[in-house]
Amino acid sequence: MLRFIASRLARAALTIAMVVTFAFIVLRLSGDPAQIIMGADAPPEAVDAFRTAWGLDEPIWVQYFSYFWAILQGDLGRSMRDGRDAIVLVTERIPATLALTLPALAIKICLGIPAGIYAALHRNSLADRVVMIIAVAGFTVPSFVLGLLLVLLFAVQLGWLPSGGQESWRHGILPVITLGLGGAAVLARFTRSAMLEVLGQPFIRTASAKGVPWHAVVTGHALPNAAIPTVTIIGFMVGSLIAGAVVVESVFSWPGVGRLLVVAVANRDLAVVQCILLLVAITMVCANLIVDLLYGLLDPRLRAAPGKAA
Amino acid sequence: MPLVSLTGLSVAFDGAPALRGIDLSVAKGEAVGLVGESGCGKSVTWLAALGLLPPKARITGSVMLEGQELIGAPASILEKVRGGRIAMIFQDPASSLNPVHRIGKQITEALALHRKMVGQAARSEAKRLLDLVGIPDATRRLDAYPHELSGGQNQRVMIAIALAGQPELLVADEPTTALDVTIQAQILELLKDLRRHMGMTLVLISHDLGVVADSCERVAVMYAGRIVEEAPISRLFSAAAHPYTQGLLGALPPMDGPRRRLAAIPGGVPEPWAMPPGCAFAPRCAHRVAACDAGVPGLIPLAASHRVACLQVAQMPIPRESVPA
Repeated sequence: MLRFIASRLARAALTIAMVVTFAFIVLRLSGDPAQIIMGADAPPEAVDAFRTAWGLDEPIWVQYFSYFWAILQGDLGRSMRDGRDAIVLVTERIPATLALTLPALAIKICLGIPAGIYAALHRNSLADRVVMIIAVAGFTVPSFVLGLLLVLLFAVQLGWLPSGGQESWRHGILPVITLGLGGAAVLARFTRSAMLEVLGQPFIRTASAKGVPWHAVVTGHALPNAAIPTVTIIGFMVGSLIAGAVVVESVFSWPGVGRLLVVAVANRDLAVVQCILLLVAITMVCANLIVDLLYGLLDPRLRAAPGKAA
Repeated sequence: MPLVSLTGLSVAFDGAPALRGIDLSVAKGEAVGLVGESGCGKSVTWLAALGLLPPKARITGSVMLEGQELIGAPASILEKVRGGRIAMIFQDPASSLNPVHRIGKQITEALALHRKMVGQAARSEAKRLLDLVGIPDATRRLDAYPHELSGGQNQRVMIAIALAGQPELLVADEPTTALDVTIQAQILELLKDLRRHMGMTLVLISHDLGVVADSCERVAVMYAGRIVEEAPISRLFSAAAHPYTQGLLGALPPMDGPRRRLAAIPGGVPEPWAMPPGCAFAPRCAHRVAACDAGVPGLIPLAASHRVACLQVAQMPIPRESVPA
């Protein structure tokens, strides 16, 4: 078990290092921050002074290693825009993002999983078809389209809810629904197919053959097995709690991490973009790690040491 | 009164018939074999009887368990019968056990349902059952998961689960097909032992005449969703009357005497949606006459407890020995 965790942690560190490297290279290739931040009309001396101040005149590999060294010491750099620590800029946006993504995650789980189970248990019924049509729609309609549709209906036509901003909890309703519905659709589809797969297994017939009532076959025998693939998807959703709302935050002008990312990319605010990407990579990797550990808990076949509880 | 009697039991999936009128009685304490090639409806017969087929299966006819009709019976009745009066074990023991539950839990679940045993009492009864089916180190095995046991051991666990409800009838659906030959023999021996000690009735479903001959007193041969011949096992081997049964016996390798080519039955089993109008075996039969296509032949008594569904039986070149009644 310890060896399992150690190897997972090593892989996680490698993944994060690769993300950091990739982000560094892509950002350096995609434009000159000095030019963009100082503006096209800035005098060349000012641009050069900016470059020297931020170390952009050094060879790229020197920049890379000093950046990496700084990260290892916990220094994620400062924003080129206002000089504040990138990590402070990012972390002060996190609560706003979580205020959207956490309730949305709850909607995804509370709506998607029961819908998927219901559809699987009533396969080919009218209810199944309706759930699946909604799920496919939720799956294929991009979140900005769904968001705009909701704004059109509830903000513009009915005037029930505000269309954007963050002044009160009511401003959060539409973005949360937009995020939640799309994810619920994905989860419903996965849960349904996982349940159908499990319900076709011989051990379900065995359970029925020994006289277990159907509801207990579903809850006691089918669900614990169907949970295994479903947890993967939920893990992915947990991993995108920080960065999963970029589009929706933009549509609803919600001042979260996603909006910060969009602005920082447009401004080539390197430290901020890199800081967000690092944070996203860390949450994703952590979520994956938790999923791996949960697998062992849910499926005895995947436990490292057979016969011992994980 | 027989323990179970099936009358005119028919099953269709999406309009294609899988069973076309099964008449079969099983008396208390006897061991009946049900043979036929895969797809002939052996398993479907008993899954239908216990209401274990998917909802899309259309089931007609009757299954009486000592005066209790099972076809169309409410779930509460069927749940008491399943495992409590008729238990069933299946072909692939590894996938027939729930991979995420411990062996002990899967046995005690049946004990709680049918014998209201819980806690330590259930656990010690589960251990006793594992001992009974010959699993060594039973106490430790209670906490094992199915993937930690071999196929043969898993089938023993399946049998222990089946015994947990103290059923009167055990339906064993190809219980040895997925196992090694040596393990097969052990499992069959175990089933015979249990029958002897507990007086349990056994229905053994198999595609293997040899397996049935070894464990059963009576055998019913199925072809394309119907029983075509039914006889005591010794009678079937000495005086098989149906051309299909004769074909099956001809395909068995002889244990002694000179080596000979095994005789295969020409042609293939008709598809469920393209059944011949009369006898389903007629297209492959060497003795076919025009009358064979006129209607589906019923089971005709030939001798004591020997019935056959063939119009040409009188013309068959079979030994007409008399069987003591």
